[in-house]
Amino acid sequence: MSRGRGSILARLIFLGPGLIMLTLLAVVPMLLMLSTMFFQRGRFGGVIYEFTTANFSRLFQPLYLNVIQDSLVVAGVVTVLALLIGYPTAYAIALLPSKWKTIALLAVMLPFWTNFLIRMYAWTILLSGPGLVNETLTGIGLIDQPLELLYNRGTVVVGLLYGYLSLMILPIYSAVERLDPRLREASANLGASPVRTFFSVTLPLTLPSALIGAVLVFVPSFGNFVVPEILGGGKAIMIGNLIRDQFLKARDWPFGATIALVMILVTVVLLLAQAVVSRRTRSA
Amino acid sequence: MTLLSIEGVSRKFGNVTALSDVSIDIQQGEFFALLGPSGCGKTTLLRILAGFETPDQGGARLDGVDLLKLAPHKRPINLMFQSYALFPHMTVAKNIAYGLERENLPRAEIKARVGEVLEKVGLDAMANRRPAQLSGGQQQRVALARAIVKRPRLLLLDEPLSALDKKVRAEMQLELKRLQNEVGITFVVVTHDQEEAMSLADRIAVMDQGKVEQVDAPVTLYERPRTYFVADFIGANNLFTGAIRGGVFSADGLGPLPSKATTADAPAALAIRPERVRLTEPTPGMVQGVVVDVSFYGGVSHIAVEVRGLGRKVLAATQGSARITPGTVVGVTWRPEDAVLIAN
Ligand SMILES: Nc1ncnc2c1ncn2[C@@H]1O[C@H](COP(=O)(O)OP(=O)(O)O)[C@@H](O)[C@H]1O
Ligand SMILES: [Mg+2]
Repeated sequence: MSRGRGSILARLIFLGPGLIMLTLLAVVPMLLMLSTMFFQRGRFGGVIYEFTTANFSRLFQPLYLNVIQDSLVVAGVVTVLALLIGYPTAYAIALLPSKWKTIALLAVMLPFWTNFLIRMYAWTILLSGPGLVNETLTGIGLIDQPLELLYNRGTVVVGLLYGYLSLMILPIYSAVERLDPRLREASANLGASPVRTFFSVTLPLTLPSALIGAVLVFVPSFGNFVVPEILGGGKAIMIGNLIRDQFLKARDWPFGATIALVMILVTVVLLLAQAVVSRRTRSA
Repeated sequence: MTLLSIEGVSRKFGNVTALSDVSIDIQQGEFFALLGPSGCGKTTLLRILAGFETPDQGGARLDGVDLLKLAPHKRPINLMFQSYALFPHMTVAKNIAYGLERENLPRAEIKARVGEVLEKVGLDAMANRRPAQLSGGQQQRVALARAIVKRPRLLLLDEPLSALDKKVRAEMQLELKRLQNEVGITFVVVTHDQEEAMSLADRIAVMDQGKVEQVDAPVTLYERPRTYFVADFIGANNLFTGAIRGGVFSADGLGPLPSKATTADAPAALAIRPERVRLTEPTPGMVQGVVVDVSFYGGVSHIAVEVRGLGRKVLAATQGSARITPGTVVGVTWRPEDAVLIAN
């Protein structure tokens, strides 16, 4: 698609303000910060501008590799669960009569109107020893002793899932909604059972949107440090906590930047993968 | 032999009556058309047959089997959608193979049949393209190929040619007819284009507002319309409302008109085709009018005559160029046996 110089100029004019903002306020500061990973930390914080690769070798210590691996696992589990729960939910909402559709969508978005932190603290109250969940379970006689529901990896998964599930539901919902119902009818007409129709027509055509949802859930889950802190009680720390601690507690900017690079790389790889897959399914 | 019988099907959407007591029998091997203005319920009827819609009342039998009891994917009927509904993520060949794969046929057979049908619709070169890379006419052929490759007992086509431009359309009409002859499948084509229906179909059901007005061969529909709607809808016609009294048809405000009334006294309408109308020297007792417009095209002249007491102009058509000029006072007449009387 060559459209001549005029249209390139026009595009630059439209993109200009956004690009300048992004460059000045996000890209430049981030590059400055990332550049510190080639240098040493000062004794009392700060950066000593002497070249070193020590930060990278430190990254490969089992301690840090484990945290990175745990974070990948937690974010992966959250994403898979979100997909398994979100897809049927989105599908069902898209097929509701329009009045109920609005109500259901509102219910999906409602949590967004409350601060993320408050919602996570609400979970600690629900899941605590004398909390609602334990009270109910002992009340109906299912358990004698309150369960240890808080401060483990499972709690972190639940919190992240709760926090980001709607980011999975919304893109899938809009894809199912946009899907021409005639395609499903055509499939049935050609002899496909409803299950076959789902796997041969509906799923492939909504997969690109499900992948967008997966990236939207995975990325903030992977880098999250609030949920592991509040619901994991600092026992199930993730890469986000590590970065935060390096910058704010250990005052080791160079190493913090090195770990941050890992996070950015993971995100970029995911975005690329998503782009490739949806390009392949969507067009020629 | 009757292949499909539709028995008293009715369907309402809220207070819109889409179908009202529709009964049609369709013969094995027939090319059948459902003809009617937009919104008269044609698509709804096809959707009921395909199983995407259920009737409020009535039934449908295919080879004596109750269709309504079968799930959509178990019906030996294929539907070619008005919008084609091709799968955008599959190639042309995959789209066509889809229905055969559902029958769990051996791979070699699927491949052979897909190749055969692609050749039949002239798309062998496009097998590996996606629908988005095809023109409208090509997509339409894929949709047709996808439907006929299953060799269904009955093929339903919902306005199959309406998205095509005039020239391609005429070509595709011929092709449809040829295909139907070749594959021997019973076709039911929905259309709002009477020329299309007339040129394609063995028999036509004319529908209006959810009701079947008349089911007949094209020539019969043209020559012997049984309802006012059919007389008005099929081809150009001059229509007079009035009544039969004592074996004579009298038009409201005009008096007796030439006809061969045989029925008992009753309100009725008289239809006379423009090409049957004769314009003569006015004589007493004859309907008289003034020529208001003469136009000549395609070897035929159309003459519009304004008749006092009649809301619409009487149209006459003659071969060659007319020697008559606007302003002439003429007598309007026809042979009694050319007039068609329609009971109200
Ligand atoms: N799903 C539906 N909901 C409400 N009204 C409908 C629906 N389907 C069809 N109708 C109405 O029924 C009538 C017949 O529609 P349709 O069968 O599509 O007509 P046609 O195909 O002859 O143009 C129309 O008035 C249309 O608005
Ligand atoms: Mg229609």
